[in-house]
Amino acid sequence: MKNFLEVNNLNVAFPTEDGLVRATNEVSFSVARGETLAVVGESGSGKSVSSLAVMGLHNRKTAQITGSAILNLESGPVDVISADEEVVRRMRGKEMAMIFQDPMSALHPYYSIGDQLSEAWRLYNDGSKADGIKRATEMLDLVGIPNATKRVTEFPHQFSGGMRQRVMIAMALINNPSLLIADEPTTALDVTVQAQILKLIRDLQIEFNMAVILITHDLGVVAEVADRVNVMYAGRIVEQAKIDDAFYSPDHPYTIGLLQSIPRVGKQQRLHAIPGQPPSLINLPDGCSFRTRCEYSSQVSGNLCATKMPVLQEKVAGHLSRCHLEESQLKKAREAVN
Amino acid sequence: MLKYVIRRLAATAVILTLVSMSVFVIFSVLPMDPARLTCGKACYPAVVEANRHRLGLDVPVHVQYGRFVKGLVAGREYGEGSARFECPAPAFGYSFNRHACVTDLIKEAFPVTFSLAIGAFVLWLAMGISLGVVAARKKGQWQDRASTVFVLVGTSLPTFISGLLILLFVALQFGLLNPLDMGRWVSPLDDPFKWFNIFIFPWATLALASAASYTRFTRSNVLETTNEDYIRTARAKGLSERVILRKHTLRAALAPIVTLAGLDFAGLLGGAIITEGIYNLPGLGRLSIRAVLQDYDLPVIVATTILAASFVVIMNLVVDIAYAYIDPRVRVQ
Repeated sequence: MKNFLEVNNLNVAFPTEDGLVRATNEVSFSVARGETLAVVGESGSGKSVSSLAVMGLHNRKTAQITGSAILNLESGPVDVISADEEVVRRMRGKEMAMIFQDPMSALHPYYSIGDQLSEAWRLYNDGSKADGIKRATEMLDLVGIPNATKRVTEFPHQFSGGMRQRVMIAMALINNPSLLIADEPTTALDVTVQAQILKLIRDLQIEFNMAVILITHDLGVVAEVADRVNVMYAGRIVEQAKIDDAFYSPDHPYTIGLLQSIPRVGKQQRLHAIPGQPPSLINLPDGCSFRTRCEYSSQVSGNLCATKMPVLQEKVAGHLSRCHLEESQLKKAREAVN
Repeated sequence: MLKYVIRRLAATAVILTLVSMSVFVIFSVLPMDPARLTCGKACYPAVVEANRHRLGLDVPVHVQYGRFVKGLVAGREYGEGSARFECPAPAFGYSFNRHACVTDLIKEAFPVTFSLAIGAFVLWLAMGISLGVVAARKKGQWQDRASTVFVLVGTSLPTFISGLLILLFVALQFGLLNPLDMGRWVSPLDDPFKWFNIFIFPWATLALASAASYTRFTRSNVLETTNEDYIRTARAKGLSERVILRKHTLRAALAPIVTLAGLDFAGLLGGAIITEGIYNLPGLGRLSIRAVLQDYDLPVIVATTILAASFVVIMNLVVDIAYAYIDPRVRVQ
């Protein structure tokens, strides 16, 4: 299966007064149609920055972007990073779409839902306003908004958070894109609503045969819907694996730490927390970015963690990680999770 | 909605009643005698008393107020016998100094002030908003800095300086304005070019000061709105920057300007005293300043005060209603 999106060696940096902020470094991944890639990591790990780069939503004047993000369209491959801005704009909403974390503020408060949806549809389709509203109503119906004919005339403030996120999904999918990037789509929602939204994305993914990138910091969400996962730390991918591999045989101490910090029912012990703070992305120190918080770095001989950034290597087929630890040492570390 | 408007109009009536009462009370306690001012230096007390009676100033203030309200509704008669004359409703009273019904004075002055206000308003909105948008789009670049200079000059130059500068060094220096036209009222229906010629300099004077603050206001609102999540959504949809600015950013950024502009316009309608003075425009501002400083002409003062107050109150209502159309969140129930 040919991948729809192929990101290679993506670097995004922002010059600031304090220095160059390297938000993502050497990020490479791919997603195929019908596949869900989860991207996990804490705030500032570069999850959103890399997906905004794929959408071409960074200001090219203020962000330094290198590498490539190739969309394999039917008309041929296009590199979002190097293509003309106007070309990228015309792919947004049509080939790739994005939904955001906070549905409360992501819709324009002054325009009706129908206006906003039909605006998106009419951008890529010839049709009257009435056609647009008709299409918007169909989409609202599709994402499970009851009484869509009436609600299409209403305004965002008349919708609940979960309903607004459904509207956002309807708007993102109205032009039948091949790639959907969902940036923490359930973070701002009630737990009961979260599951509904995830199921909706899952169902629509099958219906539209889309590639989905799901950005989240909730490993529960990852386990539920993702096929593969990228674990990011300090702007780098530290582990990339199929979902079962990531959960049952994590190859990086950070992933292990994340898994340890999930509360489990029936386990009577204190929740494990990863000590310390992620490093500043300005002037990242030599060596592994995670070493100061890593429980196992002392096990690596020759102070390697402090001097050499580990490379992202494929230890098992389809399972990449960025760590100096030996397999035997990792095996021991994994036992802490279960 | 209709219910709301009616309720607001009722409140307006109450406010205007209170305003007019206050003006009456204030002027009745001031140590000046309008009747004394009706005739010259060598004046017989008998004449003063007769005029006091003719003006209706010989009765207590609440009776005067009652007559005033009655005059508004039914018109008012002054004097007796052959000297009897009438001001038809709505009568704000009679100005002894000007020998005219106040309503007629206002009818003469209002078109001047309205011309001044509407032109200045259009000019400053156009200037302020476009400069503000440019400054926001080109933040930190020379356009932005140039607009900052304009804002500094505009806000720090009082109209009595900028007005005189424009009059002397632009209008008269280059012969753009015939001095004989100053002080004349030319209706735009009779001679639109002359009307424009007379008013363009006062418009510029008023616009300079207000456009400066509107530039700043627009700039900050546009910048703030640009960071909103829904603008990012619009960008993610694939809309072009032009559409995003015009349809999404400006719609939200300019909504608060409606409030500001409505009240500023109402203030202008009450009369721009300094600008009217500099350009010798026979508008409401000059009418009221003359009544206050020279003539102590109570009927004129009451009338112009009530008028100015009602412009503010009514524009407030207009702004609130307009807002309901602009912002659907206000349009509840």
